[in-house]
Amino acid sequence: METDLNSQDRKDLDKFIKFFALKTVQVIVQARLGEKICTRSSSSPTGSDWFNLAIKDIPEVTHEAKKALAGQLPAVGRSMCVEISLKTSEGDSMELEIWCLEMNEKCDKEIKVSYTVYNRLSLLLKSLLAITRVTPAYRLSRKQGHEYVILYRIYFGEVQLNGLGEGFQTVRVGTVGTPVGTITLSCAYRINLAFMSTRQFERTPPIMGIIIDHFVDRPYPSSSPMHPCNYRAAGEDTGVTYPSVEDSQEVCTTSFSTSPPSQCVFTVTKAHFQTPTPVVTDTLRVPMAGLAFSHQPAALGPGPADLAYPVVFAAGLKATHPHQLMVPGKEGGVPLAPNQPAHGAQADQERLATYTPSDGARCAATPSSSEDTETVSNSSEGRASPHDVLETVFVRKVGAFVNKPINQVTLTSLDIPFAMFAPKNLELEDADPMVNPPDSPETESPLQGSLHSDGSSGGSSGNTHDDFVMIDFKPAFSKDDILPMDLGTFYREFQNPPQLSSLSIDIGAQSMAEDLDSLPEKLAVHEKNVREFDAFVETLQ
Amino acid sequence: MNCRSEAMLAVLHTVLLHRSTGKFHYKKEGTYSIGTVGTQDVDCDFIDFTYVRVSSEELDRALRKVVGEFKDALRNSGGDGLGQMSLEFYQKKKSRWPFSDECIPWEVWTVKVHVVALATEQERQICREKVGEKLCEKIINIVEVMNRHEYLPKMPTQSEVDNVFDTGLRDVQPYLYKISFQITDALGTSVTTTMRRLIKDTLAL
Repeated sequence: METDLNSQDRKDLDKFIKFFALKTVQVIVQARLGEKICTRSSSSPTGSDWFNLAIKDIPEVTHEAKKALAGQLPAVGRSMCVEISLKTSEGDSMELEIWCLEMNEKCDKEIKVSYTVYNRLSLLLKSLLAITRVTPAYRLSRKQGHEYVILYRIYFGEVQLNGLGEGFQTVRVGTVGTPVGTITLSCAYRINLAFMSTRQFERTPPIMGIIIDHFVDRPYPSSSPMHPCNYRAAGEDTGVTYPSVEDSQEVCTTSFSTSPPSQCVFTVTKAHFQTPTPVVTDTLRVPMAGLAFSHQPAALGPGPADLAYPVVFAAGLKATHPHQLMVPGKEGGVPLAPNQPAHGAQADQERLATYTPSDGARCAATPSSSEDTETVSNSSEGRASPHDVLETVFVRKVGAFVNKPINQVTLTSLDIPFAMFAPKNLELEDADPMVNPPDSPETESPLQGSLHSDGSSGGSSGNTHDDFVMIDFKPAFSKDDILPMDLGTFYREFQNPPQLSSLSIDIGAQSMAEDLDSLPEKLAVHEKNVREFDAFVETLQ
Repeated sequence: MNCRSEAMLAVLHTVLLHRSTGKFHYKKEGTYSIGTVGTQDVDCDFIDFTYVRVSSEELDRALRKVVGEFKDALRNSGGDGLGQMSLEFYQKKKSRWPFSDECIPWEVWTVKVHVVALATEQERQICREKVGEKLCEKIINIVEVMNRHEYLPKMPTQSEVDNVFDTGLRDVQPYLYKISFQITDALGTSVTTTMRRLIKDTLAL
């Protein structure tokens, strides 16, 4: 199979695939950082921008990717997967997406490595840039912060889709044929979260509370750790520096020959994924600013004759039910190949989830939903990860400076943080969430257990005099031994100090004349003590 | 700028992202090197959507200009209208004098827009979200078509590069393209206005 490929081409191809894999991971993780990405175009080639695209390399991410690859390349049965999941502040986590870089045996011997494959990989990266902004997890990741964070995990081996829930969708980003196999990049994403995308997620009671160590390793015995998709925080807190992507040995190819290569006929499997969600399809019937879309490549070069077609997403949805594909295996989740592919689309779905039971030894992780649940109290991780951040424990009360009872404002529309802890009524100590966490059903305190441990130190005097309610918190570097109270308590105790005597009305009632009369006496007294004053002044100088 | 303008821009930019390369720098011995294309995310104001475009202010300005003209044309056509914008990639073929160069399209993308008046804020909010979701589908569709690798012009020699690429931009190099649009009125009976705008001044056209 590889006899047609000379050694230089083979080396180039391996390099291209390796860096393509690294860049793929960078694009995916950066798209889930929660912020807009912007890189500059440069008209002069630098030699370090692989695939002629300005994609920054976050060293930590490269490091993780290389660790996962461990010197290997994606090959048949060995896919590189990037798993994106969401983790709430109370410890619940949920897989959102799995991005898979796979290789199959279908080779394209005619294709030129240094030119066509390279350019097509570049095109595929551009497609990946576009697609990563389009899946439901993107909008979630843009809103991550207090309520939840987005984590990523890279693993190498067999694709595991059983954490995505039922009816997950797949989208194929693209394929590139090479002399050693066809590279396919695709994404399987959880579908039921689409309903929760932005609106619904915000309408659920905000899950507030103790912000714990985000960078928790998943308690899988042999899996790679999860990492947060917020690189800056990690970098600042940990202070760990990673070696940047090398350098002179791995300079990317930027020189091309102008002798026109023979045009390659590249066959792509016709089946493609239909991605619309059922809900969207239903509502599309409502007349609104619809976009019908058509694409007509003019038949100048080689290509299929049936080029012109209106492309509208069909209403039918081929939902992939994981239970058709996945059989819980012995190793807790090694999926087996299905028996009967139904038709084209499903066949491709299978391709996404192609497993060989014999490859079970390479199973990278055993995610089971029970292990996913991490309660807040379970904050001690067995594995020390360089991304660990010092735990900051926040003890929260009702929102600051609220001047009316919270229960007059519905919690669902209230976007203040910690609205969870708004007492239902204004009974004081009893309703104080620090003492008795509220247990009303719709605003269930998810932090009940952990709150108790830190509740007492809040010194909850309740909501007695509360035009203003101060948030209790432990400022960094504050020491409790000097003054046995924290800032909030201090403020509350001293917020009504007695007036200064000089400002009291009694004194002010004295007339000006009396003041003036008493002046000479005072001056005489001061003159007597002038030496003391001078001595004092000299000590100051 | 409004909902459909942003949607149009998102589609155009996504296509051009795939159909632009870095600037070519030809060297001796028939080799050339390619510059780097940067990208940036653009959040839409009127739609729940973010798209990726090439980092080129010139290209962005050119597209916004034509989308603005399209928007004005739609508005002037009154009421509910149907508009259609075509993004055409073409190659120039030199002809002998006195004939002018031929422009041979090799890929045409057509976007149809149906204008609907939205009366209430709630309708507008629903539109925001639904258009966003529809756009997601369109982007997936574009990517799918792009990855069919059906046809691309051969990489040109230095003397031919202007017949294939638009080399007039400073930082990126898209394939030669032109954008045109037409509006039909709500009845669809006749074309009330047909406007043709060329973004690039090509030679002797």
